[in-house]
Amino acid sequence: MTERERPLRVSLVQQAPRLGDLRYNLEATESRLAEESRAGQDLVVFPELSLCGYFLKDLVPEMAIRLDGPELQQLGRAAGRAQAMVGAVIESRDHLFFNAAVIVGGEGVLHVHRKVYLPTYGMFDEQRYLATGSAVQAVDLRFAGAGTWRVGALVCEDLWHPSAPYILSRRGTDLIVCPSASPGRGVAASEPELGTASLWSSMLKTYSALFTTFVAYCNRVGFEDGHYFWGGSSVHGPEGQALAGPAADQPGVTRTSLDRRLLRRARIAYPLLRDERTDILNSALGEVGQR
Amino acid sequence: MSELDINPELVRRILKSFIRDEVLKVGALGVVVGVSGGIDSALAYWLAVEALGPQAVLGVAMPYRQSSGESLEDARSVAGALSGQLTVADISPQVDAYFEQFPTENRTRRGNKMARERMSVLYDISQDRSMLVLGTSNKSELLLGYGTLYGDMAHALNPLGDLYKTQIYQLAEHLGLPPNLLSKRPSADLFAGQLDEEDLGFTYAQADLILFRLVDQRLPTPELYELGFPPQVVQAVLERVRRNQFKRRQPLIAKLSSRTIEIDFRYPRDWGY
Repeated sequence: MTERERPLRVSLVQQAPRLGDLRYNLEATESRLAEESRAGQDLVVFPELSLCGYFLKDLVPEMAIRLDGPELQQLGRAAGRAQAMVGAVIESRDHLFFNAAVIVGGEGVLHVHRKVYLPTYGMFDEQRYLATGSAVQAVDLRFAGAGTWRVGALVCEDLWHPSAPYILSRRGTDLIVCPSASPGRGVAASEPELGTASLWSSMLKTYSALFTTFVAYCNRVGFEDGHYFWGGSSVHGPEGQALAGPAADQPGVTRTSLDRRLLRRARIAYPLLRDERTDILNSALGEVGQR
Repeated sequence: MSELDINPELVRRILKSFIRDEVLKVGALGVVVGVSGGIDSALAYWLAVEALGPQAVLGVAMPYRQSSGESLEDARSVAGALSGQLTVADISPQVDAYFEQFPTENRTRRGNKMARERMSVLYDISQDRSMLVLGTSNKSELLLGYGTLYGDMAHALNPLGDLYKTQIYQLAEHLGLPPNLLSKRPSADLFAGQLDEEDLGFTYAQADLILFRLVDQRLPTPELYELGFPPQVVQAVLERVRRNQFKRRQPLIAKLSSRTIEIDFRYPRDWGY
């Protein structure tokens, strides 16, 4: 057991990347990552597409990097003993472009999640420019002193489909990390806060409680072409408790420590994971088929 | 509470950040804004001063000799309340010189000419002072097409373009703009005694509720009739929205190549910032 291991130190870095300026963002990410690593943080999370900006349109191919390219190696070196989750356009060997969250450490690339749900409605146009990921996987990450954590990444819109965190839950995930570039909207007087922020906050709280897992959300800040990114990075514990954040809408870092004993406690108190009836789900999905 | 009621403090915070972010990241020194004496431009000016400080905001009043004197006084009172900068550029000489050559009593032509002279003055100052031209068109005007193309509709940034006119009043009241601006009836002030709502044939209060349902909620028109909106007003609003679509778009380009600007050459405006 890992009971005596110290908590996992997580940093959520709210940045406003320069849209379409890979070199600048890479340097900014590198220095922030090195700083967090020096501060003894284990996992340093950056927002969706943090290396290039979000509303890229035709800039997608120009911003693309390769998993075996020098950029990620450079970040791996900057990570030191820490591991980083960065957002980038990843170009595959056969030249498809994915919106991806990449986990990188001193040993190189440890995990890649290619965004599965590419929003293409309203202000969003991702499927015009990007290829769709086809898997939701978790990875075991080893942190010196903090043990092994099973981590799954879901990028922004992925989390709006409950099947995605559900799959991670079935895979035994301890920590779901969601890098995001969520443009804010909804300023009605009837809401106490930004409409988008309020929806996200209920969703993050609900998922963490229903899946009895840690959920870390890292959203960007700044503006792109009039779109306002509202920040609000946060961490919820496995009983839905707010552990950190929500951060304000300014650049900054939210640091928090995750005590994995909370997972055990939550799963004793609420054995939802144990009681889940995947047999019913399987047969129901078999019946309804694809809609 | 109306569905059009906004959380004004939240809107203020977002719009101030918007102005600050979009101005500073492109390296501009501030904004220049035409201040007419009306509520929209006063609000845009006010937000800009809150965002950037009075030294980085230049208000420009650009009266024509027939403009209401009250408008200039109101522009001064807004700048005064903020200890902000206001300069006056009388556009009468260039407008009169033009119409001496091409005389007309057509109010639309005269009004459009004045609006474009003002634009021309603002863009000259923009170049001279390295300031961006701040727009003041609200969502109601933009949707209804109640503005002059390449006149007041020409600007670099617009903090107010997603707020209906009724929401403009809510925000202005919350920010503490001078009360006489809040009680004035909206006027483009293109000629003496002009009132927006007389030109349009309906009130902003009516139009905003209709636009909100058509544009934001995407209700089909029969549902608006069921809600009791007069069909002739709904139709008039819809027709204005459709007919003025051209004002909200860049000029059409005849497509010849495989990559055509605005069609399939698509880059964000904040490219590199």
